[in-house]
Amino acid sequence: MSNIIKITIDGRECTARPGQTVLEAAAANGIYIPSLCRFEGLKPAGSCRVCTVRVGGRYQASCTFPVSEGMAVESAVPDLEDMRKAIVEMLFVEGNHMCPTCEKSGNCELQALAYRFRMLVPRFPYLFPKKAVEPAGSKLLMEQNRCIKCLRCATGIRTKDNKKVFGPLHRSVEKKLFVDPALASALPERWARKAMDRCPVGCILRKEVGFAVPVGRRKYDKAPIGSDIEKPRS
Amino acid sequence: MSKPVIATASLAGCFGCHMSILDIDERILQLVELVEFNKSPIDDIKTFTKPVDIGLIEGGCCNSENVENLRSFRANCKILISVGECAIMGGLPAMRNGIPIRECLEEAYFHTPTIDPADPRIMPHDEELPVILDRVYPNHEIVPVDYYLPGCPPSADLIWKALVALLEGKPLDLSYGLIKFD
Repeated sequence: MSNIIKITIDGRECTARPGQTVLEAAAANGIYIPSLCRFEGLKPAGSCRVCTVRVGGRYQASCTFPVSEGMAVESAVPDLEDMRKAIVEMLFVEGNHMCPTCEKSGNCELQALAYRFRMLVPRFPYLFPKKAVEPAGSKLLMEQNRCIKCLRCATGIRTKDNKKVFGPLHRSVEKKLFVDPALASALPERWARKAMDRCPVGCILRKEVGFAVPVGRRKYDKAPIGSDIEKPRS
Repeated sequence: MSKPVIATASLAGCFGCHMSILDIDERILQLVELVEFNKSPIDDIKTFTKPVDIGLIEGGCCNSENVENLRSFRANCKILISVGECAIMGGLPAMRNGIPIRECLEEAYFHTPTIDPADPRIMPHDEELPVILDRVYPNHEIVPVDYYLPGCPPSADLIWKALVALLEGKPLDLSYGLIKFD
């Protein structure tokens, strides 16, 4: 069996390894497929669907969909790009995303996708749901107004004895991320920071460190999200 | 040919977006050459005196006066633009959305730390005062809005480029960095 799989993404010939997902193979070939809930090194949850591509006429989350020989992937096509933008817009209206007051502004992946997609106003009506800022032990805060339920914290933040610190509660529109304040307090500093950094938005916050990086030097101030992956078409 | 006419208003905003308009620096001389200002806090014209081509609205709607003002802008302006986060999504004033209005007013007038407990408790309710709305509304939920310029405030460059694009009838080049929500 060959160890090289050939696929095309938007007609561009790419090589992939068996077991790779479409998103991983795309990145390895210098093609950025926008994604949000996925975090490098964590098992993808496939929950946000921002990375949706079309394979054989069917819609697939590219962060979970494995490559196979001869696969033809559609990604940067107008209808898929508009659908991705619609998902981001939906996330904006489903929470209370007050960017001007947010510690994560400029480093926020949701905001960065909106910038990349040139979102001027969501096409959906704002819901203004009633959410709260919840204490999460001595080191962290949970700003529930901003949570997009990507589940990165539930998957990726554990105590030394492998206990989950965060976990989903309820389902559908009632769904929220629950934090165990005692376990969160016991997280070493490095992991408390990790919890904040892994959160794509400004929901999990390490107390007393916000707004440390000045405007102009934040992650997405100058270059769009994904520009570290993209290589121009040769 | 007469110059295109611009009007501006600040509804539930902080005047930061107007400051950003002024932040176009020396280009303001060009702007004065290109357009004529009508109703606006910049020239202090209080009522519309002629039909307006472009209306720039800062701030969303938090009270009845905002709604009245916005509707009069829609009626008098060919093109209406929501300028800034508050106009587009309610912004910081919308942080009260979800809190019952009674709770908000009691917090502001009865429980805030600067209230002397010895003073009589007074909640302003004069009929001269605009009525506060149940929540803060983005402008496009009250009247149709044609364009949106996000930012808190939108950068002077974005405002300038948008105005020039409109005046020249060309599409707006939204290069990366022009759109910011903060």
